[in-house]
Amino acid sequence: MHIRRSPEEIAENRARYEEHQKKGLEFAPKALPAKSEKPAPAIADSTILHREVIPGGWYWSTRVRTNEVLRIALDQGHSTVSVVAWNAVDTTERMNLPDTVKVQWTTGLGKGRVIFSDMGKVMFSIVEDSSGAHDCLMGGSTAASNAKKYAGANGPALRNTRDNLVLLTTKAGLDKRDIPAALALFAPVRVDAEGKFHWRPDLVADGDYVELRAEMDMIVGFSNCPHPLDPNPVYAPNPVTVTRIAASAPATDDLCRTATAEAVRGFENNAFAAI
Amino acid sequence: MNKFIQTSANRTLSNAVQDHYIAAEAPFSTVIRAGQTVRIEDSYGQQAIDTLFYNADDFSERYSSQDTMREQGAAYISTGTRVISNEGRVMLTMTADTCGRHDTSAGACSCESNTVRFGHGVKYLHACRDNFVIEVAKHGMSKRDVVPNINLFMNVPIEPTGEMTIVDGISAPGDYVELKAEMDVLLVISNCPQINNPCNGFDPTPVRVLVWDGEAS
Repeated sequence: MHIRRSPEEIAENRARYEEHQKKGLEFAPKALPAKSEKPAPAIADSTILHREVIPGGWYWSTRVRTNEVLRIALDQGHSTVSVVAWNAVDTTERMNLPDTVKVQWTTGLGKGRVIFSDMGKVMFSIVEDSSGAHDCLMGGSTAASNAKKYAGANGPALRNTRDNLVLLTTKAGLDKRDIPAALALFAPVRVDAEGKFHWRPDLVADGDYVELRAEMDMIVGFSNCPHPLDPNPVYAPNPVTVTRIAASAPATDDLCRTATAEAVRGFENNAFAAI
Repeated sequence: MNKFIQTSANRTLSNAVQDHYIAAEAPFSTVIRAGQTVRIEDSYGQQAIDTLFYNADDFSERYSSQDTMREQGAAYISTGTRVISNEGRVMLTMTADTCGRHDTSAGACSCESNTVRFGHGVKYLHACRDNFVIEVAKHGMSKRDVVPNINLFMNVPIEPTGEMTIVDGISAPGDYVELKAEMDVLLVISNCPQINNPCNGFDPTPVRVLVWDGEAS
């Protein structure tokens, strides 16, 4: 026997949700800034901890500490870079894109947005972003998707993101069960009214870049492979440069920490966990 | 929206091989064999049913929302959707859907994400991720095995701008989906307890799961 809630209780819950929804949709993205200026400003040599050029088709992973910044730059032409991340102290905490898009009321990540873990904490702040053209939904390529897309060529032999993620995950001491849904940077995927995915090449260009500030100590993995929707019939990923920049404490009025009520509460969870 | 597609009339309550009542807010799991068809019914309407699948013989192979969306080139789940694993294999195929559209982008609610979405005051409300962890733990798994799921009967339109919001469910009492298993799968359900958004009409209700052998088709 199931007892329904009273109409009064239901109405009260609905009113509370509608207030949240109104705030979430009205506040952002109006409050968010324009895209970052191009070209990307030079980074002072003294603040560069490491610079890695990931060849087309390859993967790389690194540790980052809180408040360090990773700049991912298309300085050698377009490519799509898939990103995954784990809390370095407790790797069961990992990037969670469903929570990231749901909590912020948008799949459109850009400057001023944040990326959440599965534990209601902020992993990255998107402190700079010149394109805002990223894909939270479709993930990366696989051997099968390459075989289909590059049929007639050596499709199955081409490097793919799924295998790259298996490699970088296991080399970090984790296994394939730990691979989270991946964020594809510089993948201009949009969804139409029927839910179909479309590639919008006008939204991304050579020289675009993203800067992600680490909001906890993490292991971060990258795969530099063409996105499954990338219309280029030739497999031709360009090298991508990832620069790890020394930590500096964000200002108290830092954009990403204050832009939305959701981000504020996420950072409160970070602060509590750090005590 | 997809066209209304109804089940075979050969599937009746009397020839179902499994028939489960899942209380409001509860977790559930069962094994469905290759060739069997599972019906997941939203008995009271407007009830999100958070759903995961694992290969019954190797739990490291499991539902992958990204592989499923990539393979069908679209964000919503409905009749004809092939449910794809992280190994790129078809786990099940959706063969009937009286509702029309289901989400696989918004994931499961959790105590932790609820604090971010709705305020720290809602931390101590039951949530889907806790249901999932409890249920997969019965099969030797843990939180790290709880991956992005399907939200049956949850309505989450995504705008061309990227904007997404959970709106009132469109399912009526008795709406159902059916999926034919292409491999032996462990089905894990969290009958969503969320009362802070419209995914359950602010009133979580019981659901029903039925399974038929392949002959009843």
